[in-house]
Amino acid sequence: MAGNAWRSTVSRIMGAVKSQTQPRTFSRGMQTVTIIPGDGIGPEISTSVIKIFEAAKVPIQWEERNVTAIKGPGGKWMIPPEAKESMDKSKIGLKGPLKTPIAAGHPSMNLLLRKTFDLYANVRPCVSIEGYKTPYTDVDLVTIRENTEGEYSGIEHVIVDGVVQSIKLITEEASRRIAEYAFEYARNNQRNSVTAVHKANIMRMSDGLFLRKCREVAENFKDVKFTEMYLDTVCLNMVQDPTQFDVLVMPNLYGDILSDLCAGLIGGLGVTPSGNIGANGVAIFESVHGTAPDIAGMDLANPTALLLSAVMMLRHMGLHGHAKKIETACFDTIRDKKVLTKDLGGNSKCSEFTAEICRRVQDLD
Amino acid sequence: MATRYRISFPHIIFIHTRCDQRGSVVLCEMGLSGVRLQPLCVRSLSLTASQNATLESPPARADSTFKVTMVPGDGVGPELMTAVKEVFKSGDVPVEFEEFHLSEVQNMASEEKLNEVLTSMKNNRVAIKGKIHTPMEYKGELASYEMRLRRKLDLFANVVHVNSLPGYSTRHNNLDLVIIREQTEGEYSSLEHESVSGVVECLKIITREKSRRIAKFAFDYATKKGRSKVTAVHKANIMKLGDGLFLQSCAEVAELYPKIKYENIIIDNCCMQLVQNPYQFDVLVMPNLYGNIIDNLAAGLVGGAGVVPGESYSAEYAVFETGARHPFAQAVGRNIANPTAMLLSAANMLRHLNLEYHSNMVSEAVKRVIKQGKVRTADLGGYATSVEFTRAVISNLSA
Repeated sequence: MAGNAWRSTVSRIMGAVKSQTQPRTFSRGMQTVTIIPGDGIGPEISTSVIKIFEAAKVPIQWEERNVTAIKGPGGKWMIPPEAKESMDKSKIGLKGPLKTPIAAGHPSMNLLLRKTFDLYANVRPCVSIEGYKTPYTDVDLVTIRENTEGEYSGIEHVIVDGVVQSIKLITEEASRRIAEYAFEYARNNQRNSVTAVHKANIMRMSDGLFLRKCREVAENFKDVKFTEMYLDTVCLNMVQDPTQFDVLVMPNLYGDILSDLCAGLIGGLGVTPSGNIGANGVAIFESVHGTAPDIAGMDLANPTALLLSAVMMLRHMGLHGHAKKIETACFDTIRDKKVLTKDLGGNSKCSEFTAEICRRVQDLD
Repeated sequence: MATRYRISFPHIIFIHTRCDQRGSVVLCEMGLSGVRLQPLCVRSLSLTASQNATLESPPARADSTFKVTMVPGDGVGPELMTAVKEVFKSGDVPVEFEEFHLSEVQNMASEEKLNEVLTSMKNNRVAIKGKIHTPMEYKGELASYEMRLRRKLDLFANVVHVNSLPGYSTRHNNLDLVIIREQTEGEYSSLEHESVSGVVECLKIITREKSRRIAKFAFDYATKKGRSKVTAVHKANIMKLGDGLFLQSCAEVAELYPKIKYENIIIDNCCMQLVQNPYQFDVLVMPNLYGNIIDNLAAGLVGGAGVVPGESYSAEYAVFETGARHPFAQAVGRNIANPTAMLLSAANMLRHLNLEYHSNMVSEAVKRVIKQGKVRTADLGGYATSVEFTRAVISNLSA
């Protein structure tokens, strides 16, 4: 087991060495984006997003791909080669919800994608949506979560019957990488501070290492304020006053919990965008809700989550003008409350909601 | 005058034998039937009530005060303990405190001190304590003093009562949750090593025995307090073996309690549901780390770390403290800490010692002060100092 950990660490370090860290510059021409519609309500909401982007005249060419796992040579499960090629070429992807396979024999698709493209950072900006009331107003924070190691390394053993040991792995390399991404994100998006969330008073060596790396990286980014806070203090303060937080960076498990907590503050997974950043400049933006098989095909789905993820994608690509237009149109529609899907409190259809946003986008031109 | 059998876990929490003034013995039994009786400490039934028959401590005074170990801890702990002592003095509560100052950050910690505290605890069996802060730098030992205390006394269950305070409204009102957390294993096992330079491994241990024990505690607690539902919180979709074992143990124990509804929920969904709709939960049971997160989250829902009481149980001992454990070092000396949590926890301690009258007196006084709203500390939006709040509670005691 330690051998595997060592080998994967070495490959990770080699991958990081080979990766380019410069931001991509995009030409004025059409940019290709791989779109993975997904299952359940995935195809409907992807169509909505494509329609809205057309109405906004965004210079994007969509390439649709399927990522159902297939068995490659050597018996290892992998994503279809066309999908991989398309992603490697375009470097940007938009993904709808994927069905979790039970007894299909292969691991979850999300895990496969993460391993294939080394998606090490999960970014979830949580902004309160005007018009969709929750007890928490004025939330405006971003959670950045390390996505490859930590408690989710999947290394578990049964020592004796009735005693199980799970290993949480923290490496210098991954911690440094995520810290650097967090500070760069803060700088590029005009955020004021980065807070490292940890439990180094209990897990003194592992979270201690994570914290040390964050502190080292903070030295190189003097324009961004760096603070550190215990996980329990963050939880305590988050539910009392979420406005005190800006960018949060943390290892895998805490990130999973905190990002879902913050999604709950603004209204749930149906309105939360999310992006995964990988090595080699790959970025896949996705909606984190489920496939909702009970309403699939009935034109009742809410495309907001996927739409906001697509807006995040536009910002990542540098198309800020288009991003602002689409985001404003979406928020205005929700604020007006005249045309809303069922989960937002109205009773319009998905196509009506989409048409309304398209209309507003064209009006904004 | 009461003497007690304390029955070992797992079947029931208390059996009392009361000896009243006329010397007749009344047995009142709480809990489930079909019980194994294993008296852990046999106390003599006598009218000059000696607290315990062991040779280690001197006999109690004739007016039968209870002896309780007190460890003020760090940060605002000492200030909160002063508040408790003052309130107890004014209320004529028959409790005597044995104080020990154990602190890692102030270099007042050593093996001998720890052993003194343990001996005192073993004699008195009930303690009230503040948070002993764990510094981030470690010299040699990875386990902090607080963790070692917990392990030596085997305080495996931490219970936090999350109740909305009447008169103080937050975003979610009328909450009534109980959070039960396994405190001795899981992620806090302090087993870490650097296998290769730059790669650190931290072990999370889950055992069937401890998972069963905490599950049984949770269901027994729910039965005793008349609760209807127990929800297990886990992440077994990712940590299939570890949390899978915890979940399996909970399910096995749940079958023994057909009257109590059992559910389970994944930790991230649980956090999301707690901020959107916390009323769907009743009693929550979970391993160590998730417990830390949910304790603090739930405390934040009703008003913060200053208002939530908590306690830790082992089969033989009970330690009363605040629910969300923070030393709150920024408030030291500024007289702004909120004594509510510690006072409510002290009231719970009095109930545990069977001093029902005094327990109600203290908790009613605290609740009355908060309801009136005139004297409130800064964390509840007021301008009063800790001392003023304590004084207000004292003046409300007799009424």
